[in-house]
Amino acid sequence: MEAVVSIVFLGLAYGMILYIVSVGLSVTMGLMGFVNLAHGVFAMAGGYITVTLMNRYGVPFGAALLAAFVGVALLSVVLERSLYVRLYGAGELEQVLFTIGLVFMSVAIVRKIWGPLPQPITVPAMLNGQIDLGFRSFPAYRSFLIVVSLALTLALWLGIERTNFGARLRAAVDNRRMAESLGINTGQLFTLSFALGSGLAALGGGLGADILAIYPGYAMEYLVYFLMVVAVGGLGSIRGPFFAALLLGVGDTACKYLVPQLGAFFIYLAMIALLLWRPAGLFGRT
Amino acid sequence: MAADSPVAQLIRAHRLRPTELLPWLAAVVAYFVFASYLPLGSQILIMILFALSLDLVLGYAGIVTLGQAAFFGVGAYAAGIYSVHVTGEPISGLLVGAAAAAVVGLVSGAIILRTSGLTLLMLTLAVTSLLEAAANDATSITGGNDGLQGVAINPILGRFDFDLYGRTAYLYCLSILFLAWLFVRGLVHSPFGQTLVGIRENVVRMHSIGVPVRRRLLTSYTISAALAGIAGALLTQTTQFVGLTVLSFERSGEILIMLVLGGTGRLYGAFVGATVYMIAQDQLAEADPVFWDFWIGLLLVLIVLFARGGILGLGDRLVLRFRRR
Amino acid sequence: MTAALQTVGLAKRFGALVVANNIDFRLEPGARHALIGPNGAGKTTFVNLITGRLMPSAGRILLNGSDVTVLPQAERVKRGLGRTFQINSLFKGLSVLENVSLAVTEHAGLGGRMFRRMGARRDMLERAFGLLERLGIADVAGLQVKHLPYGKQRLVEIAIALGLRPSVLLLDEPAAGVPSSESRIILEVIAQLPASVAVLIIEHDMDLVFRFAERITVLVQGAVLVAGTAAEIAADARVREVYLGEREHG
Repeated sequence: MEAVVSIVFLGLAYGMILYIVSVGLSVTMGLMGFVNLAHGVFAMAGGYITVTLMNRYGVPFGAALLAAFVGVALLSVVLERSLYVRLYGAGELEQVLFTIGLVFMSVAIVRKIWGPLPQPITVPAMLNGQIDLGFRSFPAYRSFLIVVSLALTLALWLGIERTNFGARLRAAVDNRRMAESLGINTGQLFTLSFALGSGLAALGGGLGADILAIYPGYAMEYLVYFLMVVAVGGLGSIRGPFFAALLLGVGDTACKYLVPQLGAFFIYLAMIALLLWRPAGLFGRT
Repeated sequence: MAADSPVAQLIRAHRLRPTELLPWLAAVVAYFVFASYLPLGSQILIMILFALSLDLVLGYAGIVTLGQAAFFGVGAYAAGIYSVHVTGEPISGLLVGAAAAAVVGLVSGAIILRTSGLTLLMLTLAVTSLLEAAANDATSITGGNDGLQGVAINPILGRFDFDLYGRTAYLYCLSILFLAWLFVRGLVHSPFGQTLVGIRENVVRMHSIGVPVRRRLLTSYTISAALAGIAGALLTQTTQFVGLTVLSFERSGEILIMLVLGGTGRLYGAFVGATVYMIAQDQLAEADPVFWDFWIGLLLVLIVLFARGGILGLGDRLVLRFRRR
Repeated sequence: MTAALQTVGLAKRFGALVVANNIDFRLEPGARHALIGPNGAGKTTFVNLITGRLMPSAGRILLNGSDVTVLPQAERVKRGLGRTFQINSLFKGLSVLENVSLAVTEHAGLGGRMFRRMGARRDMLERAFGLLERLGIADVAGLQVKHLPYGKQRLVEIAIALGLRPSVLLLDEPAAGVPSSESRIILEVIAQLPASVAVLIIEHDMDLVFRFAERITVLVQGAVLVAGTAAEIAADARVREVYLGEREHG
């Protein structure tokens, strides 16, 4: 029973982090059809910023996360306006090559500055240990992650559903040309949502430093997970990746725990099978 | 029919041109001139074969894949395991590597080639990650993280022993590459090869010409996998070792860069790109291995922005400008 | 006599939107048949259903008597169905000759050959070149399609379809957007098509329709309004009503 609780908590936390990081990628893909394999770099950057601010400059956890969010969002805007914008009409291979190039460059820079080893994380004192709710105690940090991620997700979903920005975004994802002919400035929309998505990824990187270790290989090693979450969830969908991420998070954790010898690769089989069953993703548009 | 009628011209375009023999001339010359660099030479030849396999599926058929390392790695491990448990005979080891990789290519291709775009790309990555995780876990068979130990290769054809200077290895790789090149060249210049190009250029039209698109793609994917498997097997045999890096994303990314550097969809891009990359890596990566990645990344970005056709593409542009004078 | 092409109750729905409504259609062998109707009537959708690009929601499609309703596109082509696209769908990076020889080679069943050089079957290339000569584009045979003007590209589009030697040929607005020099050639080629080939043309140009067609089907909002001989259609009041504002022909 103890094991089930552990698995569920880690799995949920893991899944939620994957979602926070990946949701921006889903929007990018769905809105501009742009294959951004460098998305993991934003999460990685967020992780490094958060951890460095906390460890080296004693910045409190919340402030560090906020700095990561804002900093990476701004960085992404600069990148988008200067480089990405040249490749919107380009073919898939061009976008893949370009973004992989960015990944290689970032990995090298990060390794040069911070070295190859994973960054040590100091979880804020009050989030350490266990929360005792009487009948059972739960891992505090993981619970925190789950709660915060749910809050972020809710805020995101409400924002998408209720705000003007969200409405325009949904329209543009659904039919860009139509949206443009309605006067929606999709270029601007994309820059904004790209910034938001990258910022969220950075947040996810910082929050999830405990689960997805912050080291130079981050952007490459976890890329396949982010891509799986988006593909299985449905490109352009905001909700789909949520369920895909939870599935992946809990499933991967369970497999690794229950079948340690072989567990690592079951998740890939599961995701492949899911995609065969639903080629457009769980919530994808056919 | 006049000698320069369009039909005659098209036929001539597919015939062997003298310039196509240059790479082989260069390889033979290198054997003598760079006698102390033959181990690097063998690695270059292996990478050329690997890049050739990718060109078939990416440059010609237009399948954007980041999973070519899956086949390379399967071939490498299959040849290694074969030499440890069955026999160190190299030629059959190559065949085993090719067959194993072909099976993986056929099965995975049948599944994932129904998709396209980001989903397909992701699936190629997922298949590779799956195999990497499996290789990591199956420590008793693959050696896991430490790599496969005990790979010992017999003399080729019973006569040519692998020597310390890498001469046998070099000539071995050269011969295999030559045979593979003959095969791929024939394939690419055949009606089959033309349909691959057609599928890449306009798949909708290909359907309405009556081309069984999925079947052609799967065939090319499988053949490409077999070739990559041979390259992987060669690596195992010449280095007497297989490690997990043969199945890594980095491996797939690296070979993609080599091919793009040379130029996709034109057969010799693989030769040029792999050679330039490997030599540059050998010379420059010594100085600062960490920042090698940075320069490679930058190179990739610059290629996409300014020199889409790679080195050969730049060469074309120069020739065009020269002709205009 | 078996129809060259026949649809029985063919229908296609996208949710609540009906784009093809219970279409019964017959194309006789050797027919010269036109499909007309206002924009958005579903003519191209109908062609896409016949060729297999779209799967129908209901109904059957029979090609030379055999049921092809669930067959994939390539299969139908192998059984003698050829089409051109309303907007050119060509291999822009390849030469004109290569474009057409792709079709010719595939039709001859040689497309999958892996170990013979492209030039080994010279007769295939000659046949492709012959088509180019017939369409008056032999002079640009070696040029890449992307360098050709639209009108010439349209001729390549038709050459590709002819290279398939179809028994049923669907031409989707073959002369659309084409300057008069090329459209003249297109009309001549259509007029000279073998009598054994059943031809269905989608057209808006009424001159072309009445010059070419023996039978006409009028499609409105996805359903057949009326079908009959050219003379009958020309005289039909409903048709004139649908084309309110069009000049009268007959």
